[in-house]
Amino acid sequence: MTSTLTISALTKHFGELAALTGVSLSVAPGERVALLGHNGAGKSTLMKIILGLIPATGGQITICDAAPGSVAARRAVAYLPENVAFHPSLTGEEQTRHYLTLRGENPALAMGLLERVGLGQAARRRIGTYSKGMRQRVGLAQALIGQPRLLVLDEPTSGLDPVSRREFYTLLDELAAQGASILLSSHALTEVEARTDRIVILSKGRLVAEGSLADLRRRASLPVMLHITARNGFAADIAQSLPGAIVVDGALHLTCTQSEKLETLGRIAGLGDRIADLDVLPPSLEDIYSHFSQRSAR
Amino acid sequence: MKRILSTAGTEFRIALRNRWVAIALVLMAVFSVVLALAGSAPTGGLGVDRLSVTVASLTSLSVYLIPLLALLMSFDAIAGEAERGTLPLLLAYPIAREEVLIGKLMAHLGILALAVLLGHGLAAGMALWGDATALAGLPALWRLSWSSVLLGATFLGAGYALSALSRRPSGAAGLAIGLWLGLVVLYDLALLAAIVADNGGWFTTKAFPVALLVNPADAFRLFNLTASGATAAASGVASAANAIPLWQSLSSILLWPLAALGLAAAAFRKVTP
Repeated sequence: MTSTLTISALTKHFGELAALTGVSLSVAPGERVALLGHNGAGKSTLMKIILGLIPATGGQITICDAAPGSVAARRAVAYLPENVAFHPSLTGEEQTRHYLTLRGENPALAMGLLERVGLGQAARRRIGTYSKGMRQRVGLAQALIGQPRLLVLDEPTSGLDPVSRREFYTLLDELAAQGASILLSSHALTEVEARTDRIVILSKGRLVAEGSLADLRRRASLPVMLHITARNGFAADIAQSLPGAIVVDGALHLTCTQSEKLETLGRIAGLGDRIADLDVLPPSLEDIYSHFSQRSAR
Repeated sequence: MKRILSTAGTEFRIALRNRWVAIALVLMAVFSVVLALAGSAPTGGLGVDRLSVTVASLTSLSVYLIPLLALLMSFDAIAGEAERGTLPLLLAYPIAREEVLIGKLMAHLGILALAVLLGHGLAAGMALWGDATALAGLPALWRLSWSSVLLGATFLGAGYALSALSRRPSGAAGLAIGLWLGLVVLYDLALLAAIVADNGGWFTTKAFPVALLVNPADAFRLFNLTASGATAAASGVASAANAIPLWQSLSSILLWPLAALGLAAAAFRKVTP
């Protein structure tokens, strides 16, 4: 299967500043890829180059066999910029009709699109009266126009409440199921968990990690936290038999590597009824993200 | 073409809701009526009909008002999109930058044309109502109307160019007002001062006519006053430049819109969202 988007050895300099260095990436049809990174990591720059809005300094990009910014590429790609605020004097419907016409589609489809993103009720109100989340939905509605082959979404869920986020990702799942490729950026790994097929972490313009969440978790091999609650009076006893454990408010905190996890659990189980409770805390998504984005920064 | 028309329709709707349409129409109507009433006073004394006198006053008014309206409508065109974050989105759509500009121009120029038609229509109606000989002034009024629209196109183009250059609406507004003050107000004052200081020397005979022709606002005034032969009713800079042939001022007002819009397109092409 040929990729919808192929990027190889992409480099972008703004004067002296290297915004992107040797980034290679490909996105297959129907694949959902999350682009993660701090502010200034190069996510938006990468997206703008994919859209043909700014030229690359070096490297190659093809979108559906076309060059970025070409008419064929622009027809195939939908975009949702970060923090987009449409003209406050227009209604959601008018704005969507305009975007439909720009894509050569029937403007009468506007209401259907707005209903799909949950804006049917507010479609005839001016965008000036909308909340940030509602404006974001208008942006999403325009990105759905004309079955795009690739959706480039810059921080698409910022300003959305948790319920809207879930609806948003459900919509993306539908699009991906129809064969659209999705490239979205986010600050937070927690948010894209389980809703994307692949995660790409950018740091200071370099691609520092790429893979599924399980891959990244395995590769980071961050320590596992174990929280043990002792029965009354046994805390000191347990601390002695588990070297490395620290007593915090009557509970014991213990860290071990992934490979030692089962062995440590066995030893805890061996302590029998001196243990009241046990919690195993795997490394959080934020820990994994910091691990990859900071390792490169050093 | 559909894309351009949709852009024009959207811009027109925005201008309507922002009350630019109302402001332009009311301003032109009120000033035209006032001038038509005032123009009825000196009739007879100068041996010209009422409408021709009104046209002379309207010309002086349009020199100030049309550029101002055009700049006020256009300064936000690109800078506003950039500020709202819709510019990168728009440019990611399959629409050429020139098409965006043409769409906006159609809407804004349409509004200006409406305002001019309304104002001039009212003025003509009032003049004809009181004086049947005013029919003689109609060709001059018609000339004033289309040249006003051309003047508007020039300043709309200049406004788009400033909007693209400054990238921020506040900066673009400042530049637009600066351009208006410079070309419409200060330019003439500076020329006048130079003529007085020069006292009939090289500047007055050689540089002055050229200086009038290169400024679109002065060329517009010059064209209308020389063409209508109403210079007798007007005074100031224009009457001092009677020697400039009509075709020269005509070429200036025809070429300026093209130059300004070309400038706007070039400035917009340089914008990286």
